Amino acid sequence: MRYAAKIALRHLLATPGQSLLLVLGVATGVGVFVFMSALIGGLATLLTLRTVGNIAHITLEMPDRDPARIVPGERVQVAVQKDLSRREQILVWQPAVAQAEVAAGVVAVSPQIRGSAFVQRGQAVAPVGVIGVQPDKLSAIADIGKAMVAGSDALTPDGVLVGATLAEDLGLRIGQVVRLRSDRGRERSFRVGGIFALGISTADRQAVYMNFNTARALFDLPSGISRIEIKVAPPDAAPAIAARLRRATGLEATAWTEDNAQLFDALDAQGRTGTVIKAFALVTIVIGIASAMLLSIVRRRGEIGIMRAVGASPRFVLTVFAIEGTLIGTAGAVAGALVAWLALSAFPPLTEVEGGGLPVDRAQGDFLLAIALTACAAAVASLLAARQATRVDPVEAIGT
Amino acid sequence: MSREPLVSVRRLTKVFGEGEAAAEVLRGIDLDLGAGELAALLGPSGSGKSTLLTILGTLLRPTGGSHTMLGRDLGEASDAERTRFRSEHIGFVFQFHHLLPDLTALENVMMPAAACAGRETADMRRRATELLDAVGLADRRDYRPAALSGGQRQRVAVARALINAPELVLADEPTGNLDRASADQVLALIDRINRETGTCFLISTHDEHVARHCRRHVRLLDGRLEGE
Repeated sequence: MRYAAKIALRHLLATPGQSLLLVLGVATGVGVFVFMSALIGGLATLLTLRTVGNIAHITLEMPDRDPARIVPGERVQVAVQKDLSRREQILVWQPAVAQAEVAAGVVAVSPQIRGSAFVQRGQAVAPVGVIGVQPDKLSAIADIGKAMVAGSDALTPDGVLVGATLAEDLGLRIGQVVRLRSDRGRERSFRVGGIFALGISTADRQAVYMNFNTARALFDLPSGISRIEIKVAPPDAAPAIAARLRRATGLEATAWTEDNAQLFDALDAQGRTGTVIKAFALVTIVIGIASAMLLSIVRRRGEIGIMRAVGASPRFVLTVFAIEGTLIGTAGAVAGALVAWLALSAFPPLTEVEGGGLPVDRAQGDFLLAIALTACAAAVASLLAARQATRVDPVEAIGT
Repeated sequence: MSREPLVSVRRLTKVFGEGEAAAEVLRGIDLDLGAGELAALLGPSGSGKSTLLTILGTLLRPTGGSHTMLGRDLGEASDAERTRFRSEHIGFVFQFHHLLPDLTALENVMMPAAACAGRETADMRRRATELLDAVGLADRRDYRPAALSGGQRQRVAVARALINAPELVLADEPTGNLDRASADQVLALIDRINRETGTCFLISTHDEHVARHCRRHVRLLDGRLEGE
């Protein structure tokens, strides 16, 4: 093996220009592999971040109650009509919040009171969704604090925070008074304390944040709450954590993934496309190395004949060319991965990617996988080609 | 009691091709070679010299007849056994030196031993150095073949043939590509090694000048031995 490696190395060093070209070819293939991994992984992460960045990863709500059957027997037709006169609320919510706060993977918990309302300023009226949150939990789910474009994010008892689009539609400014009428028929005036822009059109047009206790009065919920919103890390863990919380609290736990199936389908399709492209890059490497080895074997046919004539076994000849191809593959893989690593450093982090920029995530470059796969592929390609070398007839090759 | 010959072939035939295209190159060769012999295999081009040499060197299987060496029936041996036998007991010197261009003279001499062992050892290096010294090329050990003259390359090839201390060296027109002075150097070298080590040399040639350096002459004509 050691001697075969020496001969293989001599072969490569004998034609440094050709060897360098082969290594560059493999390096290019590996570069494509790494870049595609970083790009597709980065794109998936960016889409996920933008999708889940300002929404709850898990929502805990009261489950729908099954109606009790009072007529016995199997053959009974039942019509179920939801009682819209009663508001679904979590009456005993503090234990559920406490359980969620200590659950593994949970990073933020926000009990909320939600309801529909109309906001009125002068003759202008707009429907809105009111979110009553505890002041210290304002930015627990959507980062309202960071999204503020005017005013303050302090949730005073008589203040509200409104979205930038809504403010524009109604001509609202900081300090102005608006009137809110809830779907429970209660009305109250509020002062606009802050304007936020989350970049999510529905939120910026329809969301109104107010103090948790103020919302209680507005929506006539003296003790219960509407829902508990939760953030987890990583976001992918949401389904598993939701299942645990469902069992622990008895509440209906909905993970963000259930409402974003299309996104997952798109990410899956994107991932598969990337895999195909990477597979083609590997196939190109295999074909390139196998071709180079076959050419090398044809060129060195005479030398193979000499080695065989003086007693080298076919296995030795096979080993020489297999090592030769594997060395090219490994050197190209390492060089390609190194160059790709340096090249990907030039891209900004995902959080700083702006419109038109490539969302490349170097951490998802699969560098070691690229090197390992390429080295293995090179070894296989070389072995397949090297079998040709073992079939060289020394008598014909030497021309005795 | 007669000594058993080193190499023995009986009724050896070799046919290339089949049917109407068949060409019978060797037609029933009977030949014994003893240890320490220095024999010339003479004959015109196409007489079958190279074919006989490649069969004796286990590079080619005969079509018929028997081939034994050191008491071993090589006709019945597998390819792997023949390869191993060749590396241990037979050396080759070709008309064109056939050195590996990417190895130095010393590495070329070591190559047959190293390829079998899978590595180069200090013993191989020492013996290769001694052999290069013996062929007068100790000062050229680190030269690549391209930096050596034709005669020097052929002397390196002779040293390479001897690295595994073979009992038989087959030389196919070893001086056919050399000028007279270089040819004489190589022939004198073969003669000296033959006398000092007792290695049997069979030299294929059509050059009477080469034949005069040998103590036995085997003549081949149209695939048959024509006497000695």
